[in-house]
Amino acid sequence: MNLTLKIWRQKSATAEGQMVSYDVSGISADSSFFEMLDTLNQKLIMSGGDPVSFDHDCREGICGTCSLYINGRPHGPEKGVTTCQLHMRSFKDGDTIHIEPWRARAFPVISDLIVDRSAFDKIIQAGGYVSVNTGGVPDANTIPVPKEKSDEAFDAATCIGCGACVAACSNAAAMLFIGAKVSHLALLPQGQVEAAKRVQQMVACMDELGFGNCSNTYACEAECPKGISVSNIARMNREFLSAKLFAEKEKIIQDSL
Amino acid sequence: MTRLNARAPEGPVAEKWTAYKAGCKLVNPNNKRKLDIIVVGTGLAGASAAASLGQLGYNVKVFCYQDTPRRAHSIAAQGGINAAKNYQNDGDSAYRLFYDTIKGGDYRAREANVYRLAEVSNQIIDLCVAQGVPFAREYGGLLTNRSFGGAQVSRTFYARGQTGQQLLLGAYGALSRQIAAGNVTLYNRRDVLDMVLVDGKARGIIARNLVTGEIERHAAHAVVLANGGYGNVFFLSTNAMGSNVTPAWSAYKKGAMFANPSFTQIHPTCIPVHGDAQSKLTLMSESLRNDGRIWVPAKLKDVERLRNKEVKPSDIPESDRDYYLERRYPAFGNLVPRDVASRAAKERCDAGFGVGTTGVAVYLDFADAIKRKGHDTIDSLYGNLFQMYQQIVAESPYETPMMIYPAVHYTMGGLWVDYELMTTIPGLYAIGECNFSDHGANRLGASALMQGLADGYFVLPYTIGNYLAAEIHTPRFDPASSEFNTAAQAVTDRLKSIKNTGAKESVDHFHRRLGKIMWEYCGMARNEAGLNEALYLIAELRGEYARGVKIPGGVNEYNPELEKACRVADFIDLGELMVRDALQRSESCGGHFREEYQTSEGEALRNDDEFAFVGAWEYKGRDAAQLHREELQFKEIKLSQRSYK
Repeated sequence: MNLTLKIWRQKSATAEGQMVSYDVSGISADSSFFEMLDTLNQKLIMSGGDPVSFDHDCREGICGTCSLYINGRPHGPEKGVTTCQLHMRSFKDGDTIHIEPWRARAFPVISDLIVDRSAFDKIIQAGGYVSVNTGGVPDANTIPVPKEKSDEAFDAATCIGCGACVAACSNAAAMLFIGAKVSHLALLPQGQVEAAKRVQQMVACMDELGFGNCSNTYACEAECPKGISVSNIARMNREFLSAKLFAEKEKIIQDSL
Repeated sequence: MTRLNARAPEGPVAEKWTAYKAGCKLVNPNNKRKLDIIVVGTGLAGASAAASLGQLGYNVKVFCYQDTPRRAHSIAAQGGINAAKNYQNDGDSAYRLFYDTIKGGDYRAREANVYRLAEVSNQIIDLCVAQGVPFAREYGGLLTNRSFGGAQVSRTFYARGQTGQQLLLGAYGALSRQIAAGNVTLYNRRDVLDMVLVDGKARGIIARNLVTGEIERHAAHAVVLANGGYGNVFFLSTNAMGSNVTPAWSAYKKGAMFANPSFTQIHPTCIPVHGDAQSKLTLMSESLRNDGRIWVPAKLKDVERLRNKEVKPSDIPESDRDYYLERRYPAFGNLVPRDVASRAAKERCDAGFGVGTTGVAVYLDFADAIKRKGHDTIDSLYGNLFQMYQQIVAESPYETPMMIYPAVHYTMGGLWVDYELMTTIPGLYAIGECNFSDHGANRLGASALMQGLADGYFVLPYTIGNYLAAEIHTPRFDPASSEFNTAAQAVTDRLKSIKNTGAKESVDHFHRRLGKIMWEYCGMARNEAGLNEALYLIAELRGEYARGVKIPGGVNEYNPELEKACRVADFIDLGELMVRDALQRSESCGGHFREEYQTSEGEALRNDDEFAFVGAWEYKGRDAAQLHREELQFKEIKLSQRSYK
């Protein structure tokens, strides 16, 4: 296949960026999208050019490192697929492909197509875990968990933290990411103990970091490579509201004593 | 040749760990706060260790090359994690798990460490469930298990085909909690390029900030390496693109011995190579062998007809199929250990029975299982794996058999460690895949996750205290001291010298060439002449690499080609040591198959009289290494020819 690539080039976080055009030829339809970019980079290196920086690691769709905005869509045209699992058979010979980084205030560009997603780490640090210590836990079969709940928790827990939901959202909201973690843990008895505190802290952290709000366009679900459902956002909102109401009730009781 | 002492406690194997814990020194909470520990890597081993050490109150710094700890390559482990819970009432016990692991490793692992691993395995499952890891469950709400290769009990816990992901997210959660509490500081997008020793003890590291290019010095009272395996020495492997040996290799060059480097695991079920632009290989979980049946055509004319697409695999009648694993190993069938399954696939393909356009693939067929269990059950067990396969190959495993072929997956070799997981450098520990300790010459499926978490959650937090108890009067180290200056200068000089070579070919060009040499001569089958040829070819490659690698960009900026260049330079040196180790070991065992040493039926032929030892190499300058032995004592388990028939 022969292709024209229009790629966002930006030397550093503070430099000006622009789209630059490149041609690649002789690409196999069985190659992955990154193997196509590898070919371009090898060509650039050998001709004294500056190779394109992009984030990638496992190349098997699970680490969540890859983050390309291809022809206006996070992770490209295929549903339920990360950029690294996108194959060139999804494109036609002679196509022009536009490649950009995630665009969101909370994800500043580091270089070319690489953005800084450490805001996601901060959100998890705000409470995206069960506070148990190593040691001193009960036998794994002490608390039965209904299979349906466990499966539902798993579905939410498959989030790979790539940030496609933020990139897809016109408000750059991180609600699907947080909703997935809140749901995963709230659905399990092990996570319910801290559920109210968790959802409030994670939402507060999200607001602080400059993510936008949800306006129910469902673009996040449509573009999520792991098919995380927007019902997780609904559950998060429920958890958030009940936590708030409960907290207010507690306060009234406390004040009256 | 000196003899290495593992310093395992005396007494019966089942009581060693209890005895150790009762006798090891402790550090009181006030003193823990004054002690700094560096952890390199955030996979299952690194993340679990950093979280657990932070929880104990030590002051921890954790480093990863990824943008966040959650992306370490443990995330990609699919099948499951073993534990001797015996929830299935099928006769499992810590002893059985210990026995299977020693036997599966072809009797080249240390009994004391392996028993401890089996012993703590149950605690791992308890902890992970408490963290909210959504393991697969029965309708009654309790945990379920699946079978894996090399065992006759069902002891593998799993979360669909994403067990590594779920376990790592559990450990990442625990780590995030400690970061939020201020006990652990995270340094992401850092390459750890050297170790710093003060008076012979590990006291810090030199790291490169991958975004700014800045060379950083970090000091500590102890350093823990958890940087994973070195399968990328083969260029094509199931490892992540960034997986590298550099931290462990820099420790080797500073005096830590490197054990059994030639013990590599070639995993039998990977998606075959498609062409020259291929950048990595994708594993299809071993759990698929629970339900998939492996076969090739029994007749060469069918091989031809399949290749010319005159017939479909489903057109080949049962009588004309060779289910070669079931034929050769009736007792274990498709569930033989990985090394056995891989060699059997190679044997069939070398004999001309391989399928696919390249002839280097075999079928993994689910037709029987779909008929027996139904489409929905198979989907619930393997749905995500089937999708992944279809995305890569553009064929549905529901309709036509998968095509698979062995690929480099895991490295059993690694830094030599004693019972306490300490390397031969005092204060330097190695945990998880980056040490050599538990899997002998072959790792059983679902045991890597177990080992990584055992080391990080339940072993290191005890053993490191035994060392640090004597360090409570040692003040914090000054990273401006002469030892740090020298190490930082050496790293800076090295980067400059790599950058300033003659510039003929790219880093990838050399890496691919190295991979081809290693796969051809030090892969699934090895022989003396081939290994000698490899030594010559690697020396030649190294010379060319030093004279002409082309790296664009500068040293003091984001420069992925420069990162790769450092890693590949270390891989070339490591490749040479692997070949030396394979040459030295004149026997076949586990993943190390020397063609000169096989039974009349083509099985690995060990030589226990001469080679029942761990081969640990000491760095003696760029082209030299000295072999040391740790004799393996088998007191619990009788050495015997492995048989899965």
